[in-house]
Amino acid sequence: MNFVEHLHVLIVAIPLLAVPIIPLVGRLRLDFSWYFTFLALSLSFFMSLNLLMNVWGSGPVSYFLGGWRPPWGIEFHFDLLNSFVMVVTTFIAFVSVIYAKQSVANEISYDKIPAFYAVFVLFFVGLFGMIATGDIFNLYVFLEITSLAGYALIAAGKRRYAKMASFNYLILGTIAATFIVLGIGYLYMATGTLNMKDLAERLPEVYESRVVFTGLAFIIVGLLIKMAVFPLHLWLPDAYKYSPSVVSAAMAATSTKVAAYVMMRILFSIFKIEFNVIGIPITELFIYISSIGIIVGSVLAISQTNIKLMLAYSSIGQIGYIVLAAAMMNPVALSGGIIHILNHALMKGGLFFVVGAVAYKLGTEKISDFRGLGKRMPLSAFAFTIFSMSIVGVPLTVGFVSKWYLVTGAVASAHWYVIPVILLSSLLTAIYFGRIINLMYFSKKPDEGEIIRNEAPFGLVAPTLAVAGLCIFFGIAASVPIEIAAKAADALIGGGLWK
Amino acid sequence: MEIIYSPIPLYAMLVSLVAIIPIYFSKNQPNVREFWTIAAAVIKFLLVLSMVPAVLSGQEIVFKFLTAFPGLDIKFRVDALGLFFALMASSLWIITSFYSISYVRAMDEHAQTRYFICFAGSLSATMGAAFASNLFTMYIFYEALTLFTYPLILHEETKDAFRGAKIYLTYLLGTSIAFLLPAIVITYFTTGTLEFTPGGVFGASLNGGASTALITFTFFLFIAGIGKAGIMPFHSWLPNAMVAPTPVSSLLHAVAVVKMGVFVVLRVVLYVFGVDLLKDIGLGTFLACFASITIIFSSLIAMRQDNIKARLAYSTISQLSYIVVGVSLLSPGGITGSIMHMVIHAFSKITLFFWAGAVYVALHKKYISEIAGIGKKMPVSMAVFTLGALSLIGVPPFAGFISKWYLVNGAIQSELLPIAIVFATSSLLNACYFIPIIYIAYFKPLPEGVSDEVQEAPLMILIPMIITAAMTLILFFAPSIFMDMAEIAVQSVTGN
Amino acid sequence: MIEFIAGKYNFWIAIILMMIGFYGVIAKGNLVKKIISMNIFQTAVFLFYISIAVVDGGTAPVLWDKNVPFDNPLPHVLILTAIVVSVATTAVALALIIRIYKDYGTIEEDHIREIHTKRVTEARKNELC
Repeated sequence: MNFVEHLHVLIVAIPLLAVPIIPLVGRLRLDFSWYFTFLALSLSFFMSLNLLMNVWGSGPVSYFLGGWRPPWGIEFHFDLLNSFVMVVTTFIAFVSVIYAKQSVANEISYDKIPAFYAVFVLFFVGLFGMIATGDIFNLYVFLEITSLAGYALIAAGKRRYAKMASFNYLILGTIAATFIVLGIGYLYMATGTLNMKDLAERLPEVYESRVVFTGLAFIIVGLLIKMAVFPLHLWLPDAYKYSPSVVSAAMAATSTKVAAYVMMRILFSIFKIEFNVIGIPITELFIYISSIGIIVGSVLAISQTNIKLMLAYSSIGQIGYIVLAAAMMNPVALSGGIIHILNHALMKGGLFFVVGAVAYKLGTEKISDFRGLGKRMPLSAFAFTIFSMSIVGVPLTVGFVSKWYLVTGAVASAHWYVIPVILLSSLLTAIYFGRIINLMYFSKKPDEGEIIRNEAPFGLVAPTLAVAGLCIFFGIAASVPIEIAAKAADALIGGGLWK
Repeated sequence: MEIIYSPIPLYAMLVSLVAIIPIYFSKNQPNVREFWTIAAAVIKFLLVLSMVPAVLSGQEIVFKFLTAFPGLDIKFRVDALGLFFALMASSLWIITSFYSISYVRAMDEHAQTRYFICFAGSLSATMGAAFASNLFTMYIFYEALTLFTYPLILHEETKDAFRGAKIYLTYLLGTSIAFLLPAIVITYFTTGTLEFTPGGVFGASLNGGASTALITFTFFLFIAGIGKAGIMPFHSWLPNAMVAPTPVSSLLHAVAVVKMGVFVVLRVVLYVFGVDLLKDIGLGTFLACFASITIIFSSLIAMRQDNIKARLAYSTISQLSYIVVGVSLLSPGGITGSIMHMVIHAFSKITLFFWAGAVYVALHKKYISEIAGIGKKMPVSMAVFTLGALSLIGVPPFAGFISKWYLVNGAIQSELLPIAIVFATSSLLNACYFIPIIYIAYFKPLPEGVSDEVQEAPLMILIPMIITAAMTLILFFAPSIFMDMAEIAVQSVTGN
Repeated sequence: MIEFIAGKYNFWIAIILMMIGFYGVIAKGNLVKKIISMNIFQTAVFLFYISIAVVDGGTAPVLWDKNVPFDNPLPHVLILTAIVVSVATTAVALALIIRIYKDYGTIEEDHIREIHTKRVTEARKNELC
C-alpha cells in the first residue's frame, strides 16, 4: 500500500493521534494546543473533501485496519452517504475550532484549556469513527468515545448545574449505548458476523427471526435516545444550555445528525428496505413520533425565555424532519433527509455561534436581551437573521431546499398528512424566530439612549458569517449537495451502497 | 413566438437591489441617498421601457439565471402580461419616490435610510415577480416582497404599528406557507413542471390521470394562498397595514403588494390552469361568484369607515376582486378588462392615497369627519382627488370607464348576467362612498374659527398627484401601449 | 415449559439483572447508587454476550489442542472492550459526582434540584432589584 491509500483512514487517525499530543504541547505554550487542534481538524476536513471527490468519481472505498480482511478485521467503508456526512462533520469541526479560539479563552479557565482541546478533538474523533466504520461493534466503541468526550465537554460549562446536566446525559447516554450493544449482540447471535456488509448479506435469510427484530428494536431505541427524538429528548435541552458556547454549537450541529446517519445506515443498508416495508410497521411508527416531535419541539421552543433552550427545542423539532424523511421510504424524501443533515448542521451551528458571540459580548442568554442587537452587533444580528430565515424555510436559503424535498417526498409516497405537519411547524418556527428578529431590529426600550456598536471580535464573527454565506450559497446553488444526496438516497433505497 | 435571450430582465430586477448598497452607505447625506433612489428608479424604468418594442412586436425575452436544484430554475421571461405589470410598477415607482422623499422630509420621519432601503428592495421583488418565468421564481419574489414591506409597515414603531405589521406578516406568510407552497408542490408533482405556459400546464395532466378533484383542490389552495390579492376571508391584513406612512400605503395598494397578488392570480388562472380547463370544470364561474361577494361586501364596509385610509383600503379590496372576477370570466373581454383594471386602478388609487397623505401633511387630518370644507383650503388636492374618485367610480371620460366597460362586456360574453349586475351595483356603491367625501370637502362649511386661507401641501407632493391624476385622463384617450400589451397577452392565452 | 425456562436460564439471569439495574437507575435518587445500578445494567449485557459464546462441551479458547471444541472467543474480546468503556464511563461519572458534591454539598438528586431552583430564583430576584 502506498500513502494515498492510507489517506482516508487518516481522517480519523490524525485527530486521534493529536489527542495525547495536545495537552503535552499545551504545557510548552498554551497557544500551541489550539494550533495543534486546528491543524488536526483542518487536515481531516481537507482529506474528507478529497475523499468525497474520490468516492464521487470512482465509487465506494474500503480500508482494512491493520490489513486484516473482513469479516475478521475492522473495515472502514466509505460510500457517498458517509463521505457526505463526513464532509459535513469535518467542516463543522473545522469552523468550530476557528470559532473556539476566542470563545474558549473567554469561557474556560486558563489552565484547563489544553485539556479542553484534547477532549474537544476526541469528541470529533468519535464522530468521525462512527461515520467511517464498517463494523457494527466498532460503531459502538466510537459512539462511546464521542459520548464520553461529550460528557466532559458539557461539564466544562461555567455554571454549576453544568455537571448535573452532564450527569443526566451520562446516565441516559449510557443506557442508550447499552441498548445498542445489546441489540448488536442479538444481531451477532443471529448471523455470527459484525461486519456491516456481511450483516447485510446474511440478514435476509433470518428476517423472520424474532431475535433479529428484537435486536433492531434495541438498536433503534438506543439511537433514538442519542438523536434526542421526542419523547426521548430529555437530556438535550439542559446539555445544550449549560455547556460552553462552542460545545453547544459543535454538538448541536453534529452529534445528533451523526446518530441520524447511523439510523439511516442501519435501516436501509444493513437491513434492506424490504424488511422495513413488509415487517412490523416501524416506519409508520417513526412517522407518527417524528411528526409529534416536530410539533412539540416547535411549541416548546416558543415558550422559552433562554435562547439556548429555544434552539435546543428547535433542534428536537429539526431532528424530527430527518427521521420523518427516512421513515417515508422514498428516494425523494430520503435525499431531503440527507441534505437536511448538511443544512441543519449549517443553520444550527451558525445560530449557536451567534448565541456564543452574544454571550461573549453581553454575557447573557436571555431572549429579551437581544433587544437592539441589530444596532449593537450588526454583523451577528445579520447572520442570525439569515439563519432564522433559513430555518423557517424562506426560499433561496438551505432550509427551503430540505423542506421542498420533504414535502415533495410526502406527495410522492402519498403521506398527505405529513404536509400539514411540516407547514405548521414552519409557521411555528416563523413565530419564535420572528419574535427575536423583531426584538433585534424593531424594538427599543423607551428609556434607552443611543445604542453603541459593540460587535464581537473578528475570530467569532468570521466563522459565523462564513457559515451564513454557505446557508445562502447552498440555498441558491443547491444542485451540488442535492446530486450527492439524491445519488446516496437512491443507493440506500436500492441497497446498492455496498457495491 | 420568437424568443430573445437577454439578461435585461435580470438587470431590471437587480437595479434597485444593488442600489441598496449606496443608499446604505450614504445614510448620513440625505441628498445623496435620495439621488440613488431616484437614479435606480429611472434606470429601472428605462430598462423596462427598452423591452417594450420587442414585446410589442410579438417577441419574448428569456433569461435563465441559475438552476437552484434539479427541476427548479430561477428563470425570467418577459411576456406581454409581465411587462405590462413591470411597466406600471416601475413608472409608478418614480412618481412614488419623489412623493415619498418630500413626504418623509415634510414629516421629519425617523429611520429614513431603512425606509428607502426597504422601498428599493420591494421594487426589486415586484420586478422579479413580474418577469418570473415559473411558479418557483414567482414564489421567491412573492415572499421577498412580504419580508421587504414588513419593516415599512411597522415604520412608526408604535404599538399599533407593531400590531398591524404582525397581522400583515401573519396573513401573508401564513397563507403563502400554508396554501401556496403546497399548491406549488402538488402542481410540480402532478404536471412535472412549474413553467408558466399560455393555456396552462394542468390541461395535459388531466389526460394523464390527474383527477378533477385534485385540480379543483389545487386551484383552491392557490386562491387561498395568494393572500396578497385580498379576496375575503383573507383580506383583513390590508386595513391593518394602514398604520404605515402614506407613501407606503400607496406603494402597497397601487404599485407592489396587492397588484402582485392579483398578478399572481392572473398568472395562475391563465398560465397554470388555462382558460379551457377552467371552463371545462366550471371553476371560473365559481371563482367569479366567490370574488363577487368580496366586491359587494367590502364596498359596504368601506361606506362605514371614517378613517380615510381605511375607507380607501376597503375600496381597494373591492377593486382587486374586480380584477379577479374579470379574469375568472375566462372571456377575452373579461381578461382584457381585468388586465386594464390593474393599471387603471393603480393610477387612480395612488392618486387618492397621495391625496390622503397631502391632507395629513398639510392639516394633520386623518378622518373624513374632520375634513369639512377643505376644498377651500386645499383646492388643488381636492381637485385631484375628485378626478381619481370619478375614475374609480367609472365615469367617462376617465380611465376607470374603460376597464369597467370591458369587464361588463366580458360578463355578457360569458353569459353571466348576474356578474354584470354585480359590477353595476358596485359602481353605485363606489359612488356612495366617494361622493360623500367630495361633498363634505366642498360643500360643508369649515369649522368655526378656522381661517379659509389656502394651506396646500408642499409642491413636491402636489406634482406627483397631478401627474397620476392626469394619467387617469390620458389612459382614457390614449391607452395605446397598455392596451396593446393587454391584447397580446389575451391573444396568447385564449388562442385567437 | 419448564424446559424452556430452564434451558434459557442464561437469558433469564441477564434479563433479571438488567431490570434490577434499570430500576435502580430510574428510581434511586442517590447519584452513586445510580452509577452502581448502571454498572449492574451494563454487566447484565456483558454476561449475555459471554453466555452466547458458549459452545456445548467447549473449553476455554486457548488453543493447545485444535481437536477439542472451544468457546467462541470473539464475544469475549468484544466484551473486554465494552468493559473498558464501562470503566471509563464509571470513572467520568464518579468524577462528576465529586464535583457535584463540592458544589452542592449533597449527592441526592432531589436536594440538588432544590438548591438549583433556589439559586435560580435568587439570581432572578437580584436582577430585578
